[in-house]
Amino acid sequence: MTISSTGGTASTQVDETIREFLETRLKIDVRPDLDLFASGTASSMFAMELVVHLEQKFGIAIVGPDLVMDNFRTIESMSAMVHRLRDDPDA
Amino acid sequence: MTNEPSAHRLTVLGAGVMGASITTTALGHGVPVHLVDTDPQRLAEVGAVVEHQLRFARMMGSLPAGRETAALTTSTKPDTAFGPTVLVEAIVEDAGRKADVLAEVCGTLPPDTPIVTNTSSIPVDELAGAVDDPARLIGVHFMNPPYLIPFVEVIRGPRTAGRTLDAVTSMLAVLGRDAVVVRDSPGFVTSRLLHPMLNDAARLLGEGVASAEQVDTLMQGCLGHRTGPLRTADLIGLDNLADSLRILAERTGIDSHRPCRTLLEKVRNGDLGRKSGRGFYEYGEAQP
Repeated sequence: MTISSTGGTASTQVDETIREFLETRLKIDVRPDLDLFASGTASSMFAMELVVHLEQKFGIAIVGPDLVMDNFRTIESMSAMVHRLRDDPDA
Repeated sequence: MTNEPSAHRLTVLGAGVMGASITTTALGHGVPVHLVDTDPQRLAEVGAVVEHQLRFARMMGSLPAGRETAALTTSTKPDTAFGPTVLVEAIVEDAGRKADVLAEVCGTLPPDTPIVTNTSSIPVDELAGAVDDPARLIGVHFMNPPYLIPFVEVIRGPRTAGRTLDAVTSMLAVLGRDAVVVRDSPGFVTSRLLHPMLNDAARLLGEGVASAEQVDTLMQGCLGHRTGPLRTADLIGLDNLADSLRILAERTGIDSHRPCRTLLEKVRNGDLGRKSGRGFYEYGEAQP
């Protein structure tokens, strides 16, 4: 399963919400597959801001095995996790 | 072998940026902490801050697997019954206030309990005069965030005893930190080299030579600095950096170490870095 920016209404909204936050905070354009940490765009400290932001914005709890850097590398990976944790039907 | 987590218990004085994150480091390594701050409001918030930092540390894989997180207690006055193996002072970077707190707390501890000061700039021997037995005081300069930075700078003052160094090195080993032991001096090695550089980075910004992003990108991309000087300054806390630079200027006699106008303006406006939500960069809100 992949979720892209063209993959349905729910995923578009989630992608869009995450992208807006990233662009506000990082002041750059962020492609859905840009690895924020490998590309040096963001520091590891920023990863924890993402955790808090996603939890508050989408009403989810990111715990245990989900709380790993790999889930926060790209808009795509964050969006997939949000859908899974919200139990969205199209996820 | 004294490296079982249960062998150590820390009392930490000061629940600010460093006190809280040192607490996180200890708890995550199975070392119980008694955290003391005179501000009850801060104590009411600090549990959530530590919990947040523990999550972040786990996410970064920087806590030992299979070691149970230890318990935190907080108080506005040190609880003598807690029985710490080491006391860590992490209050505001002000020589007078540190001396007062150290003088007061040493009377509540058994005579052989080592006392650590987490000063970033004040010579340890200057503070040792305030302690009943100067031999039990040592400097450990943790860097923020300590749970992610594997090294610490340990400062052995001229009067620090070998047994103090041994006990504190053993505590640091339990916390998974590697120690580099240096002699006493204003700013030691790390602050003496780093803080004037951060001050100059702020000066460049003030002179309009480059933006904050440009300064940091050049230092990261060309010179291999991991975080960039202005992001590092935001992480330290700009009020703390200004205090540290003042101490460095006074103790070394080098006037250019005084905090520059750009830095002082930020502090005056309450823009203290990550902890206030804004410094050289915007963080949206105060970061725990």
